[in-house]
Amino acid sequence: MTTVLNKKSHKKITGRKVTLTISGWTIALIFLAPYVEMMITSVKSKTEILTIPTTYLPQHWTWSNYITIWKQLPLAQYLRTSIVVSLSATILVLLLAIPAAYYVGRNKFKGRNAFLLLVLVTQMFSPTSLIIGIFREIIRFHLVNTWMALILVYAAFNMAFSIWILSSFFASIPVEIEEAAWIDGATRMQALRQIILPIALPGLVTAFIFTFISAWNEFVIALTIESSPAHQPLTVGLESLIGQYQVQWQYLFAGSLIAIVPVVILFAMIEKYLVSGLTAGSVK
Amino acid sequence: MTTVRKRYRVGALPWIGPAMAVIFLMVLYPAFEMIKTSFMSIDATGTSHGFTGLTNYRTLFRNPNLTAVLERTVVWTISIVVLTVLISLPVAQILHAKFPGRRFVRYALIVPWAASVVMTSTSWLWILNGYYGILNRILLSLGLIQDQKQFLGSQTQSFTWLIVVAIFVSVPFTTYVVLAGLTTIGEDILEASTVDGASGWQRYKSIIFPLLRPALLIGMVINLINVFNSFPIIWVMTTGGPGYSTDTTTTLAYKISFRNADIAQSAAMATINFGIILLFIVLFLKVSRWRDDS
Repeated sequence: MTTVLNKKSHKKITGRKVTLTISGWTIALIFLAPYVEMMITSVKSKTEILTIPTTYLPQHWTWSNYITIWKQLPLAQYLRTSIVVSLSATILVLLLAIPAAYYVGRNKFKGRNAFLLLVLVTQMFSPTSLIIGIFREIIRFHLVNTWMALILVYAAFNMAFSIWILSSFFASIPVEIEEAAWIDGATRMQALRQIILPIALPGLVTAFIFTFISAWNEFVIALTIESSPAHQPLTVGLESLIGQYQVQWQYLFAGSLIAIVPVVILFAMIEKYLVSGLTAGSVK
Repeated sequence: MTTVRKRYRVGALPWIGPAMAVIFLMVLYPAFEMIKTSFMSIDATGTSHGFTGLTNYRTLFRNPNLTAVLERTVVWTISIVVLTVLISLPVAQILHAKFPGRRFVRYALIVPWAASVVMTSTSWLWILNGYYGILNRILLSLGLIQDQKQFLGSQTQSFTWLIVVAIFVSVPFTTYVVLAGLTTIGEDILEASTVDGASGWQRYKSIIFPLLRPALLIGMVINLINVFNSFPIIWVMTTGGPGYSTDTTTTLAYKISFRNADIAQSAAMATINFGIILLFIVLFLKVSRWRDDS
């Protein structure tokens, strides 16, 4: 009986497999298309970009665009802002979220539910919906055109997700492992640092990458409070090209790819946690 | 053992206090500040002239564009969320099955998720360009059009393309939510339903879909909030224009404050938006509790 069924389903699967493979690869093609077009445009020459109708592939692969862009735009400045702001915000989030998540994951205490509700609700807030309030606050604190403003806002809006995902990781680590360390004379902080954090490493990496990418890609806040190019991240700096009389698409897209490729690689690193971690962390 | 107990008694505040402080300072305080601003009189230089009650709300409701923008926001939010789910369900089903290159396809799908929405929108703006865009070239080559088309030329067309791009950036996350749901169903149930002899569609409708519902509902509410708040796509591709013809309430609020320099009226619009989001959040909480019960 089993063999017959297996044979049958095996035959069925091979037929299905062709359709599946074609559909799968078509999906990949569709979702990669805008980025492939970005890449192709980024290596076209200035004159070729303005031919009608456009060419599918560059006639001359102008890879030198990737060198001249550094002189044509303050790209190094934008890149520096993006790196400093995103890294600082991410480190701040982890420094504050780890103790909070650890405590919440380990202890029952008065106000625990209120705290979890606060976390869940703020996770739903986006900087866009509060932009007016943030803008007024930043002016009041004289933080316009500073990196600090972006670092604080990005840290605050990513705190909730990190606390949420980390506390579920911490809660899954048996408390006995820790207690053994305490009996050996370790303080609670030492046990957390030396025993719990290494075990929770996948959770830390996930929280790190999520926060970093969301800070790296943020647009509205930076657009609103950073008017000087010296404090603008890549998203805002590159987008300012669109408003210009003659848009330099080749540089716009070369710069965009320089911004996109690193975070796609980071995201690919946590792909396997997206399926398991996302629902466990953000959704429960 | 006593030492262990003692350590438990250290208060929660040193652990959760700093994180709470940042959330209060940069999330809750701005929310309070925004609502307060909506009841104040503030001139174009940002100077405050005290409270004015509901004046800003009245001015906002007199805005002749408001009704159209509100209607458009409803169309925007509902059409994107519904179509995103309808596309994500089969896509997740495909990515859940085994086929050569599945890993690559999964990686391809996370690219729009990881990439900046602003930059993705820029690429679409270029693809749809009425003179130099690749879509014009493709349609010309296929003989589907005779002349170059201005895809973002009319209001209806622009708005349709904005929705397409918004679906494009929403599908990856939603697909992964469905994938997570499919993973929890377990291979044995999927296998068992295969050999039952039921047709594929029947099987999907009666066994798989009901089991996916919890994950799907939560994915939908998260999408609802994200799509409603969505700003970069519209801002990059049409700036809500021409006029106010492709604005949603989110871009309208931004325009009122940073173009028309009426921050108090904008705060009124944003406060209304914020109220709608709070409503979605209540919905979210209900949905997640529903999930815990089942």
